[in-house]
Amino acid sequence: MTIPVTIRLQQADFDIASEIAALSRGRTDIGAVVSFSGICRRDQAGGEGGDAIAALTLEHYSGMAEAEIARHVEEAVARWPLTGVTVIHRFGRIVPGENIVLVVTASTHREAAFQGAEFLMDYLKTRAPFWKREEGASGSAWVDAHDRDDDAAARWTKS
Amino acid sequence: MKVLYFAWVRERIGKAEEALDPPPTVATVAELIAWLSQRGEEYAHAFEKPKVIRAAIDRMHVKQDTTIAGAREIAFFPPMTGG
Repeated sequence: MTIPVTIRLQQADFDIASEIAALSRGRTDIGAVVSFSGICRRDQAGGEGGDAIAALTLEHYSGMAEAEIARHVEEAVARWPLTGVTVIHRFGRIVPGENIVLVVTASTHREAAFQGAEFLMDYLKTRAPFWKREEGASGSAWVDAHDRDDDAAARWTKS
Repeated sequence: MKVLYFAWVRERIGKAEEALDPPPTVATVAELIAWLSQRGEEYAHAFEKPKVIRAAIDRMHVKQDTTIAGAREIAFFPPMTGG
């Protein structure tokens, strides 16, 4: 069975409510929709106490990013009874308060929708070829990867 | 083959992509990194910690012991920080 899958990489912001509605509109088989949105924070990625950032710039590997996200969506669909998936990831300059990423999963029941969304986000963080650069008052710097993100992704291979 | 660089690897090398023809003795991703490191200071700087560098062949993640035979596009980049 093929399910509706939307994967978009874009510079422009997106409307979360519209994306959720688009996934479930006109369908009566969906009993649960879970959405995760990642938002640009003002704090530096390194932790608390640093200068506030003015913006993030996201670089991505065009072509591979879409393919890699599609591979993880396929895996999520194989592991959980999902009935619809939307993944949107922005690139370019994003200021605090704006959306960065959206994952929406639909299923008959909540468990698959929750787990599918969490699985996709954990893999987006560690495997999708995107890189964040922070722009602050005193210049800009690439954000370091976190071990905790690797640990979060690894738990899906343990069970 | 086409070689692509992203994020600080791209910045250190000073270019986003180039066409390269490594000698046949360069068989794996790790050997390609070692070969690239000899091409100049900017490459040596980009690859100074080779274990940190991630690689993809034809838009699929690969480990550094992967053979590069038949590769059309190889990309080098730091650990990813999207999402």
